This record gives sequence, structure tokens and C-alpha cells, in this order.
Amino acid sequence: MVMADSFNFELVSPERLLLSAQVTEVVIPATEGEMTVMANHAPTMTTVKPGVVTVKMADGKSERFAVFGGFADILPAGCTLLAESAVHVDELDSTVLENRIAAVRAELEGAGDEKKTRLEQFIAELTKLGEVVIPA
Amino acid sequence: MPSLKDLKNRIASVKATQKITKAMKMVAAAKLRRAQEAAEAARPYSQRMAAVLDNIAQAVGADDAAPRLMTGTGRDDTHLLIVCTAERGLCGGFNSQIARFARDHVRKLLAQGKTVKIICVGKKGFDILRREFASLIIDRVDLREVRKIGFENADRIGHKVIELFERGEFDVCTLFYSEFKSVISQVPTSQQLIPASAGPVAAERDSASAIYEYEPDAAAILTDLIPRNISVQIFRALLENVAGEMGAKMSAMDNATRNAGEMINKLTLNYNRQRQAQITKELIEIISGAEAL
Repeated sequence: MVMADSFNFELVSPERLLLSAQVTEVVIPATEGEMTVMANHAPTMTTVKPGVVTVKMADGKSERFAVFGGFADILPAGCTLLAESAVHVDELDSTVLENRIAAVRAELEGAGDEKKTRLEQFIAELTKLGEVVIPA
Repeated sequence: MPSLKDLKNRIASVKATQKITKAMKMVAAAKLRRAQEAAEAARPYSQRMAAVLDNIAQAVGADDAAPRLMTGTGRDDTHLLIVCTAERGLCGGFNSQIARFARDHVRKLLAQGKTVKIICVGKKGFDILRREFASLIIDRVDLREVRKIGFENADRIGHKVIELFERGEFDVCTLFYSEFKSVISQVPTSQQLIPASAGPVAAERDSASAIYEYEPDAAAILTDLIPRNISVQIFRALLENVAGEMGAKMSAMDNATRNAGEMINKLTLNYNRQRQAQITKELIEIISGAEAL
């Protein structure tokens, strides 16, 4: 099998640049469904929902990051994921996630109808993320 | 003329003060380095954000689909000012510079007959602006308990601003903060947040970068992006402010330490002179006493 082409992937959160590396494949939890980005992808811009980003490095290793919403800017030459907040899966633990869910729940109180649906969806996504990342 | 003992006490007290200012200077230097690192680490995000926003704004163009946060309400009657200052003093003219800058702006707006509302971030700015515009301040954000400013702090302020906008509480929002130029120079700056200016649109952009696929559509992404951009801008301003505060504090404390040093020298000279005078006086007394016998 021919080695897949690699491209530059950057994962940025407001606080810092988490990752900038040559990768062959990135799985992004886009709002309209998961999407796998490989080299020479058509230019696309998409919003990202909370979920796990799986990065396959050029050297064959694979890394996983939990992101909490954001958006991705995909170009043939590279891909940039601007995450609202992101952590490496190894550094994530259930208390952090529970705190986040609790915070959103608090916001849910007294929120408008449209916002409520959005927040409820957000909670569901976070809970699902927890199930995927943290072994029970 | 202070007595010898008074002088001695004075010198001891100035020495103690000098120790404190010296320690504060070193603390500020250490914090400055950390603040600068934080500001630098946050830069890629805001840069990319600006680039992406610019790109989408072009795609959406002057379309009616552009969200109101971007186009504004079409009026500019009510202005919201977010004034970011430090929580603590002892940093030279840092806080008063920002406050003065904001105050001039408020006066100008009031003279034009506009309505002004102020949100104060940081205690010092609130203390200064309260004197003149107490009735205009609608809210204040306290970051005193925050040891390291995170994105959540900025995000919370951003949400508050957007909520106010959606309720139609203001038309134009401007952010006041201090731009960190260097350790010795911080420039008070204002930046318009709402309506978001898309920045100078480069006409001769290569068309290759403009053909994007949007998922969901461009307008939806834009609606999602602009509130986030506001938070990012506030976050950047807060980080710049922290770096500026520490820089100003460092030079202020450096000056204070130097002043204390000068004062100690002067007092010590005085002290020695007086001591000598006293010894001479005592000698004269003894000699003239001996002569009288």
C-alpha cells in the first residue's frame, strides 16, 4: 500500500496552540456528522460539536483530543481546528466533564425556548463524549 | 532639626520600604514574563479567527443574511463602553491612563447627545469612573479572585454583552484597554466590537481562497462565529492588559526602589554629619572643662 499523503494539521484553543504537526488523517466531529479529512480535501469550513478529534500522525501514531465546540477551516494544503476549548484525551477526567455539564445545566434554568433546545443538545453531546472517552 | 534617633528611625523605615518595592518589582517581572507568554500563546487563535471571519464575511457579503451583530442596528444612539483596567494599583499611571482615555470618549459622546452605558472590568477603573459617571455604569466585572485569566472569564463578559445587545440595550459597543507595546510603554486603545467591522476588505485577493464549501451554510457559521469572535477580542484585551499592568508595575516599582535608595543616601549623609557634630561638641565641652580647672 502506498503511504497516504500528509498535510499540516493545527489544533488551536484560545489559550494556546495544542498541536501543529504533519498528519495523514483527521476525524473531526462536525455539526452535520463526523468527517474524515485527508490530504487535498476540498476547501471546507464547518462548525464542530463537542466530541473527539482523532489525529493520525504522519509517523503512524495516533492521538485523540476532546474538543468542546469550535470550527474547522479545511484547505487542500492543511487543516486548522479552532476549538473553544480542547484537551488531550489522557488529561481529561470525568470531574472536568461533570463540571461542564453542571455549568450548562445552570445556564439552562431560565433560558429561552430556542436556547434551551440548543443547550439540551449540548448536554447530550457532552454526555456522549464522556461515554466515549472515559471507560466506565 | 531631627534628632539623631529620629534620623536613625527614618533610615530604617525607608530601608524597609525599599525592600518591599524591590520584592514587588521582582514579582512583577516574573508575572510579566508569564503574562507575555500567555498573550503570545493566545495569538494564533485570534489571528486565525480574524482570517476566517474575513473570509466568510466576504462570502456572505452585504447579504441580508448577515447577522445583526455584524451589521449593527442601523443606529448609533446608545453606546456601550467596556473599560478594562487592572484590579490593583501601585502600577504607575496605568489605570488612570485607560480611565482618562475612556472618560474623554464618554464626554465626547455625551456632548453629541448620545446615551452612554459603561461596563467596568477591574476595580481600579470602576473607582475612577464612578466619581464622574456613577449613573452610567450598568455593571462591573470583578476579576480579583482570578489568578490566571482564562478564556471562560472573557467568554462570560462576551455573553453578557451579546445578551444586552439582543435585548436592544445598545447600538454600538466599544472596548477600552491598554495595548502592550513594551515593558515601558502601554498605550490606551479603543476597539469597536459591535457592529463588528470586517476589517479592510482586500479587493485583490486571490480567488482561490474564496471558494469554500460551508457546512452548514455560510450565514449559520457566521452567526456562530461572531459571538465567539467578540469573546476572543475581549480575551485578547484582558491578556494585553495583564501584561501591561505588570510592565507598568515593574517600572513603577523600579522607580520607587531607586527613589528610596537616593533618600537613604541623603539621610545617611545627614545622620553622619550630625553624629560628627555631636562628637565635636562633646570634645569641646571636655576640653573647655579641662582648661577651666
